[in-house]
Amino acid sequence: MATAAIHDPHDHKPGFFTRWFLSTNHKDIGLLYLMFAIFTGLIGGALSGLIRWELAEPGIQIFKEGSFVQYLGLVEASKHGYNATVTAHALIMVFFVVMPATMGGFGNYFIPIMIGAPDMAFPRLNNISFWLIFFAFVLLILSMFVDGGPGRGFGGGWTSYPPLSTMGHAGPSFDLAIFSLHVAGASSILGAINFITTIFNMRAPGMTLHRMPLFAWGVLITAFLLLISLPVLAGAITMLLSDRNFGTSFFDPAGGGDPVMYQHLFWFFGHPEVYIMILPGFGMISHIVSTFSKKPIFGYLAMAYAMVAIGFIGFIVWAHHMYTVGMSVNLRAYFVAATMIIAVPTGVKIFSWIATMWGGSISFKTPMLWAMGFIFLFTVGGVTGVVLSNAGIDYSLHDTYYVVAHFHYVLSLGAIFSIFAAFYYWYEKMFGVKYNEFLGQAHFWIMFIGVNLIFFPQHFLGLQGMPRRYVDYPEAYTYWNYVSSVGYVITIVGVGVFLVMLLESAIRRRKAEANPWGEGATTLEWTLSSPPPHHQFNELPVVKADNH
Amino acid sequence: MADAHAKPQHDYHLVDPSPWPLVGSFSACVMFVGAVVWMKGLFGLEAGTKWLFFVGLAGVLFTMFSWWSDVVKESRKGDHTPVVGIGLRYGMVLFIASEVMFFVSFFWMFFDMAIFNESRAIIPEIGNWMDTAAAWKTWPPTGVELLDPWTLPLMNTVILLLSGTTLTWAHHAIVAGDRKGAKLGLLITVLLGVLFTAVQAYEYYHILHAHLFFSEEAAQAKLYGSIFFMTTGFHGFHVLIGTIFLAVCLMRMYAGQMSPQKHFGLEAAAWYWHFVDVVWLFLFVFMYVVFG
Repeated sequence: MATAAIHDPHDHKPGFFTRWFLSTNHKDIGLLYLMFAIFTGLIGGALSGLIRWELAEPGIQIFKEGSFVQYLGLVEASKHGYNATVTAHALIMVFFVVMPATMGGFGNYFIPIMIGAPDMAFPRLNNISFWLIFFAFVLLILSMFVDGGPGRGFGGGWTSYPPLSTMGHAGPSFDLAIFSLHVAGASSILGAINFITTIFNMRAPGMTLHRMPLFAWGVLITAFLLLISLPVLAGAITMLLSDRNFGTSFFDPAGGGDPVMYQHLFWFFGHPEVYIMILPGFGMISHIVSTFSKKPIFGYLAMAYAMVAIGFIGFIVWAHHMYTVGMSVNLRAYFVAATMIIAVPTGVKIFSWIATMWGGSISFKTPMLWAMGFIFLFTVGGVTGVVLSNAGIDYSLHDTYYVVAHFHYVLSLGAIFSIFAAFYYWYEKMFGVKYNEFLGQAHFWIMFIGVNLIFFPQHFLGLQGMPRRYVDYPEAYTYWNYVSSVGYVITIVGVGVFLVMLLESAIRRRKAEANPWGEGATTLEWTLSSPPPHHQFNELPVVKADNH
Repeated sequence: MADAHAKPQHDYHLVDPSPWPLVGSFSACVMFVGAVVWMKGLFGLEAGTKWLFFVGLAGVLFTMFSWWSDVVKESRKGDHTPVVGIGLRYGMVLFIASEVMFFVSFFWMFFDMAIFNESRAIIPEIGNWMDTAAAWKTWPPTGVELLDPWTLPLMNTVILLLSGTTLTWAHHAIVAGDRKGAKLGLLITVLLGVLFTAVQAYEYYHILHAHLFFSEEAAQAKLYGSIFFMTTGFHGFHVLIGTIFLAVCLMRMYAGQMSPQKHFGLEAAAWYWHFVDVVWLFLFVFMYVVFG
């Protein structure tokens, strides 16, 4: 081959099928995860559109015979179809958008690079993590199209409490959803093993744990949370499956079983799960704030150990999701106290981000806007979280739109904003082309206004007593519901700008720089070309100074 | 082409592209759809249709075989440098940690039932619920006949503990270069594993045949049998996996593989076996003795 001499010998990419379907390359798998998360995110977002459309006015709008939902065919055009929509929206967003994007996408792409490793510890295992999540999604979509019992699809909520998930939905739909969660869980556990091994075993010479970038810390802690919490969910849903199909009575009081036990098992997983979704975001936001303030992150060690503390406390607060099941007062008092303590390490993080910006030479590029949006929105969500941690207040706010507003502020605005921040931050690095700064900023502002308009009024609705997961509501709730639905339309425009941004950069193909952000960007990925070579660090980098 | 690659200046193992992740995930998907078809019937297939499940299962097993064959081949080729070996050790320990948490969920159920049996009696005493309330006022709940821990369960405990010692014998033998002793120790371990499974199967037969947990009188106490079979069943399943793992190590030893310096496959199997052993000890102490 004549070109062999000038061709970078490390950069031999395999053919198309081998590269994208049989991959053992962490960057390719990371990109697959990101594309998957964008695709599933559009589906999950479309489902939330159905919800907001239905709730725009009192009365049944679209979940009825003869409406376009019937011809769309995605969900049943009935009140049960609304429940199935809510359930699928939640499951897709949690397991198939946020987790694949943060851990699978950015984690895979940047963790090996940031710690100076040539790839993940188990590249083949890495690929099965991706394909398992892909086929878990196939199972979940299948479950939306088969009989659930009361109608098509499973409508018992993502928490799938019995008895609604056992005798309430006798059809095959929820069995498929259970297996989907098993497969998604296996994918995440294998991914977690891979990340922990990579970070413990493959750091470059001189890259001690205390010199490691905060994103790597975030992913490391997240991986431990996954490893410890997911098998418990697997056990719980296995028992659900057995109650449904094999005549056992784990959660059936008639045989001595206890439905509340399911809630304990579920939330022992479920609470760490919410930190699983946000901790990688914490790490990414730290890098972005530091880069665009041109200052090292304030209180690096405190930032790292705050995440450790959040991860640890996350395991001992689960029953604050269950204040209304009839626990004793003492137990509730414990869970209130433990839950409130989480605000301390979280506060450490928020104030350290602000202190990082303090006195810095801040440039308001798109990723920085998203990061600042994240800090603002996550703080709002965190504050309402402290409100809800009070068992007394939660007695009246439990399962109202106040809770919906709270967790959407920390997740759909917090986690998703951190994902967009990271997406713009690493856009050039991953794709080798520049994005359009105007479109990026427009995307941010439209989305920022839109999501706030969706979710802020939901606080009012919740305080007025509007319960969640209902297809209809009394006329008293009309005004803020309408405002909320208008917010959704604005958000959709923002998503449109995002897609235009992708298209524009793909057409114009402005060549990327190795480091577009200048002196503030100090982590190892900026020492490589954009995009990095197919196999980076053939010769391992040596880390000398503290470099976070 | 391969010569064009500059030799990496590090000891990590960059694995070649592999079809097994894709094939395995697809097979798992088919297997689970097949399971739902079997249980409920789907896509025009009657409930009880088994072939789809077994097609998927065959794919999963084929993937496992091929994938781990590749791992063994790579190991023989020398891809498993010391640092890669450390990575594999991390991986196995973390995998076992996740398995421990899997059993935590079932033990949690068990302790909730066994310690707080009386809280199940605090339900509205009306209609059918009255029987349930009455059934759980005592331990064991009405209608459940518990097993005597000092017969077959004790024997199984001894069998597993003994297998742990023979496995350690095999390990020490291979480290000392005594291949004959290693093979013998491992062979005995595998046989003890099979013996354990056989005894457990006999005990299951006895329970089901004598209706110890699922008699007419125990209709309000089905929870006990549910947890018993779920927990011991998953343990038994893990014994089976561990036995196969050890048997594969034995075959590899007969094939002349494993050296005093390099025998991580055997170590991993041993860790897994000891984990299964410890789970059984917890089962024995709490399910059979303390709450038996």
